[in-house]
Formats: sequence, structure tokens, C-alpha cells
Amino acid sequence: MTVKRGLADMLRGGVIMDVVDAEQAKVAEDAGAVAVMALERVPSDIRRDGGVARMSDPAMIQGIQAAVTVPVMAKARIGHFAEAQVLAALGVDYIDESEVLTPADEAHHIDKWAFDIPFVCGATSLGEALRRISEGAALIRSKGEAGTGNVVEAVRHLRSILGDVRRITQADSAELYAWAKELAAPIDLVRQIAATGRLPVPLFCAGGIATPADASLVMQLGAEAVFVGSGIFKSADPVRRASAIVEATAHYADADLVAKVSAGLGEAMPGEEIGSLEVHLADRGW
Amino acid sequence: MTIGVLALQGDVREHSEVLASLGEVCRPVRTPDDLPGLRGMVLPGGESTTLSMLLESSGLFDPLAGALRGGLAVLGTCAGMILLATRVVDGRPDQRHFGLIDLTVRRNGYGRQEASFECPIAVASLGDPPVPAVFIRAPLVEEAGPGVEVLATLPSGPRVGGEDHRRRGGGDGTPVLCRQGRVLVAAFHPELTTDRRVHRLFVEMTKTEA
Repeated sequence: MTVKRGLADMLRGGVIMDVVDAEQAKVAEDAGAVAVMALERVPSDIRRDGGVARMSDPAMIQGIQAAVTVPVMAKARIGHFAEAQVLAALGVDYIDESEVLTPADEAHHIDKWAFDIPFVCGATSLGEALRRISEGAALIRSKGEAGTGNVVEAVRHLRSILGDVRRITQADSAELYAWAKELAAPIDLVRQIAATGRLPVPLFCAGGIATPADASLVMQLGAEAVFVGSGIFKSADPVRRASAIVEATAHYADADLVAKVSAGLGEAMPGEEIGSLEVHLADRGW
Repeated sequence: MTIGVLALQGDVREHSEVLASLGEVCRPVRTPDDLPGLRGMVLPGGESTTLSMLLESSGLFDPLAGALRGGLAVLGTCAGMILLATRVVDGRPDQRHFGLIDLTVRRNGYGRQEASFECPIAVASLGDPPVPAVFIRAPLVEEAGPGVEVLATLPSGPRVGGEDHRRRGGGDGTPVLCRQGRVLVAAFHPELTTDRRVHRLFVEMTKTEA
């Protein structure tokens, strides 16, 4: 597990960018991305197009692997262990069992212990995060509401997960059993949080990050790195915005620097009110 | 006197915690203002391309290079090793490095994450037992110059994770822990385990005269 979670430790303080082709992957790497997420359509397009969203074409993933030297991640559907096996065979560095794709199993997530390749999974709450960790996830990200350019859901998820972590550190040993029951999570993981004051694996933020200030916000709330999906390549000037978000993530507590890199970036991606959405991706997974 | 930990990206916290457990005072280093008064510096694991870019944009690269050339003791692990090597293969053409230890290093030379592994490394100068070593998309030392002291090499024993047939490079005898003057580099991550001997060795280096 040290080898599996270690890669997430190396990504901390960085930005992982969604890319749909080798050209975008180069832009991301040039801007200082610590990793790229290879997928055929960014979440805002998946949301617009509807239909079933699946694992990307292996040829497209290989094209991106050939184009960059940073780690390449790719998404499998929730519960679709055969897609995950294909991604492992391609040698991707990380598999995202993602609610952005259409779930393949309504009751079971992938048994991630069965793989050497580490997995990242989304979570909206601490209970969900611990269930994914018990299945073998080496990294947790907030789900947020992907493809909306609206950070409110990611903030809700981070506050919920980290708020409960803080509360557990105050609990006595008897109360930890009640926490395990309430979270529907293994007692050992709850005890580990009580002892360390941290989630057992790194916690990154995903879902709706569109500006350098969004990145600074979620890092200050306690995220250890950020995933940016549609927020870069759906904006007016992806090259500048990508590097501005990298700078703002590394120097998240330095408001002068965040102000400087935010200036004159052009239009951010168009945002959506959560209330107006037909599909809530964060509700996928259990 | 304080030990600085480059805090732009990567596993900064782990290094700081290990040094703190050895009784050292640590300072996160993000800008040139953080440099004065240090007696040692740690370059952590992370993405070397990202670190190189952030070192440049923060204005830290040149003053830090000057301090290191002036004899500031430094420990580099994984990406930190790449930043300290004189020659980097498979890096980005615009990637800058300090060039302070006479090594040729291939980025991700052992392969992708599927080839990452864990194994015990015998380090004669640190005694028994062997040091547990975690290699993650590790840099591969292809050549060590005559002035480099190779403190440990890859053993032939068993490795956990990282199927051998997927490994692109790195056979028995590949250098994994090296020192030249006041520069100590590891291809692995001593900060990810509970064995503190590599950090203790570095702390001793910071206490000797340049």
C-alpha cells in the first residue's frame, strides 16, 4: 500500500488536468500539471450530450501516454472492473473509478485491492470516503458536481469530510463505535482517523474548479491537490488559465500571488446553478 | 539553525515530520525570502517538471542554486535527485536542474507506476538492518562520476509490487543512494517509511563545516 498511496503523496500541492487529446496533454504539462486525466469528453460535454459515458478509447489514452512524461490517469465506470483491467493493461498510472461516467453496477464498486495500479474514488462524505478506502482506494477526491464550473458542491463535500475528521479526533473510544455505525464504515479506519487526525489516504478536490481563487479556496479548506476538469479547456485562454491555477494551488495561502495570476485571464468556463441541473453526478456511487 | 524543506509541490509534510521527530526545526521554503539562516535544505519527492517550473516562477531557482553552490547541505529524494543531478535524460528540454552531483539520471527510468516497488536496501555506512526503500516512478541512475560516493545499490532480492517484467531499467548494482560533498540523493523515498537513518545521516552532514 505504501507504493500505491505513495504516488498520491507525490502529487500533493499539484494540479491534475482533464485532457481529451495529445495536444491538450502537452498544454497541461507545459503549464506545470503534475498529472493528466485522459478522457474522450470533459464532464461539461458529457453532461450536455447525455447518453451512456464509458471508458475512453485505448488508442486515445496511448496517444496521451506517448505525448507526456507526467503520470497519466484514466477513468473507469463505477463497478466496471473489466474496464479497470483494460486500463491496467495499458499501463495507466492511476485509475479513477468515476461517477462522471455512467455506473456499470448499482450495488458494487470495484474491488480495488485486486489491482497493483492505484485507484482514486470520489466521495461526498466521510462514510463514503472510508467505504472506498476499505475497498482499496489509495486516494480520495471530493466529487463536487463535475462539468458545472460551480465549486459549491466540492466545498460542501470537503467541509463534510474534514469536519467529521475533526469531530472524530474529539471522540472518546466508546464514541468511535457510534461513529463507525453512523458512517457505515470499518471501525479500524475510524480509529486510525482518531489517532492521526487525518484521512488514511490523501484527499484531493475535484468538481467545479474554474478559477485560481477556486483552487486557493479548496486548498485552504484542506484539500491536498486539485483536479480541474472542464475548467481549463472550456475557458477563453486555456494556456494562461492552466498555469495560473498551477501557481495558485502551489501558493494557495498567498493572496497577492493569487491576485496577480488571476488578472486578465479572460472568460472562465460558463457556470451552472446546481438547482437547474437535470443530472446530479455526485449522487452516483454509494 | 533551521533546515528548509522546498514547499512548492510534493511530499513536503513527510520530510518535515521526519526532521521534526529528529529534533530539527524546519521551515517551508516557497520564496527567496525563506532562504536566509538555513543550514540544510531538502528537495522532496514530487513531479520534477512541475517543481522546476515553480522554482523558476517563484524566483527561487537562482538564489537557491547560489546557496547550494555556496555549500548549503542538501538532501534530494526522487524528484529532488533529478533536480540535483548534472545530467537528466527523458526530461523536458526546458526543465532546469541544479547540477550539483555528478550523475546521469533517467526520469521514470524504472518505468510507469506499474513498475513502482518496495525492497530493502543494504547501506554499509548505516549498518544493519537494511533500509526499507519505496521506489515510485523512480529516477534511474545510469552513470555516477568518479567524485560520487555510491552509498547503496539495488539488490538482487525480492521486490514487493512492480512486476519485474514491466520494469524498463534498473538491474542489480544500480546506484540508489549517493553522496558528493554536501549533496545527498536517494532514488527512493526514505520519508515514506519509519526508518530515519537516511535523514539522520543528512542531519549529521548539515552539522559539519562546508
